[in-house]
Amino acid sequence: MNGNSIDEQIKAEALRQRVVSKDPNAPKAGQPTINMTDGVLIPKKGEKHVLTSWRLTFFGAIILSAVLIVLFPDPYRTIFVTCLRGLPVTFEVTVFSIIGAVIIGTFTGLGSVSKHRWINMICGVYVELIRGIPLLVQLIFIYYAVGSLFHVEGIIAAIFSLSVCFGAYMGEIVRAGIQAIPKGQMEAAIALGMSRSQAFRYIILPQTVKVILPAIGNEFISMLKDSSLVSVLSLEDILRCGRMYISRTFLSLETMLVVALIYLMITLILSRLVGLLEERLHKNG
Amino acid sequence: MAKIEIQNLSKDFETPSGILHAVRNASLTVNDGEVVVIIGPSGSGKSTMLRCVNGLEKPTLGHILIDGIDTTDPSTDIRKIREEVGMVFQSFNLFPHLTVLDNITLSPVKVRKMDKKEAEELAISLLRRVGLEEKAKVHPTQLSGGQQQRVAIARALAMNPKAMLFDEPTSALDPEMIKEVLDVMLQLASDGMTMLLVTHEMGFARAAADKVVFMDKGEVIETGRPEEMFTSPKSPRTQDFLNHIL
Ligand SMILES: Nc1ncnc2c1ncn2[C@@H]1O[C@H](COP(=O)(O)OP(=O)(O)O)[C@@H](O)[C@H]1O
Ligand SMILES: [Mg+2]
Repeated sequence: MNGNSIDEQIKAEALRQRVVSKDPNAPKAGQPTINMTDGVLIPKKGEKHVLTSWRLTFFGAIILSAVLIVLFPDPYRTIFVTCLRGLPVTFEVTVFSIIGAVIIGTFTGLGSVSKHRWINMICGVYVELIRGIPLLVQLIFIYYAVGSLFHVEGIIAAIFSLSVCFGAYMGEIVRAGIQAIPKGQMEAAIALGMSRSQAFRYIILPQTVKVILPAIGNEFISMLKDSSLVSVLSLEDILRCGRMYISRTFLSLETMLVVALIYLMITLILSRLVGLLEERLHKNG
Repeated sequence: MAKIEIQNLSKDFETPSGILHAVRNASLTVNDGEVVVIIGPSGSGKSTMLRCVNGLEKPTLGHILIDGIDTTDPSTDIRKIREEVGMVFQSFNLFPHLTVLDNITLSPVKVRKMDKKEAEELAISLLRRVGLEEKAKVHPTQLSGGQQQRVAIARALAMNPKAMLFDEPTSALDPEMIKEVLDVMLQLASDGMTMLLVTHEMGFARAAADKVVFMDKGEVIETGRPEEMFTSPKSPRTQDFLNHIL
């Protein structure tokens, strides 16, 4: 190639830039993802050191548990069996609360991007309120409030409380997810004659789900850990089973070690599952 | 088909650094079946004017009449207007989570309440028209830019619009893909579609445009037939702009 034609190419490109407007609604390069700063690290194939530390922790926990059970069956075998009795309650509370939080979060997220001023305001106040009060305090407060207004079982009140508390954070995730969808998507839908609510339903939300799924996975893990707080509401989850055992045997250190190991192993398994889910999402999209 | 009249349109934006007059007192008419091309430097308000026509932006002042119906009148249902005026964007804006077929059928089915089968037949025939029949089942991300833009045109046509707006439809494309999109647009023009477009493809303007409108700094500076405009523009600003791009 001679110098002249390069010169012309540069000139042509410069003119192109002068004439061609930048489309402000063009999608940014790359897949939008929501990054969480809180919670455990999600191990993925690409990140070697995270995966390595995940393996070390996970197999460390398993080996330690095995050693304790095999070498010191008394008291550890009994402690494991006792604490694991709380597993169904822990899972039940976690799963139903996350579903509740996703439902509340979807409405809160939609409300925060709504064009109606007062809906915005209500959602904003809800989020601020929840974020500004310690989870334990909210949990106990809502639990008693629900309990004094309706005659419901403890587990329902606990699930309701956790849903309300996590719904605020979920709302922020949904809002960020909606805002991560390029503006051109909404405009194209509107230009095709759809109403805003049709555009949300058929265009924006289906894409948002994909963007926020990893973050929801993350919240699920946080929820599993924070569900241990319901043990103060006299629900027999893993932690409460452990504490009841302590009050019978006074083996505090041993029992709490087992409780910690159980939570750690579940959390690590879940975080790997979330990582795999994320990898799959990236492959498909 | 339709007639678009833009009368004394002004559009201001409130920005952190004050009020920005994106369009100032601009007027132009696109008669039934005409093709009108808007040219002008980047930032001169071309997109804003186009977006006002189908109500994506709300005009600050002035009137926009489509077939004599004033879209700026509060009693006009702007959604009905949008159903009848198709728009094609610079960045295609296809829906990535839907197949090409579903991209095209969604609006006819959800907005027009068309039968799903009927909408699919319509979509296939439109895809055939833009030469992408075999791509019905794939997702837009698997298509080249030129193919995506052709699908976007088919999607707009599925609403059976009376007029079409194009905002720099080939500016985001690699040079070798521009022609395939322009060919579809030329075909549309020769079928008698009323078209208002922003483009700097002078070959297209020469071949298809009835009128060329030059905009600068939010104002319509000059309007004329393409051959007059390109060979002997009246305004020195038009002259200056054309010297740069021709
Ligand atoms: N939504 C908006 N908010 C604020 N300023 C805007 C907005 N849209 C466009 N503008 C401004 O209006 C002017 C005209 O923009 P535009 O119509 O996109 O020009 P063109 O399409 O001719 O390049 C530009 O200065 C642009 O920055
Ligand atoms: Mg533009």
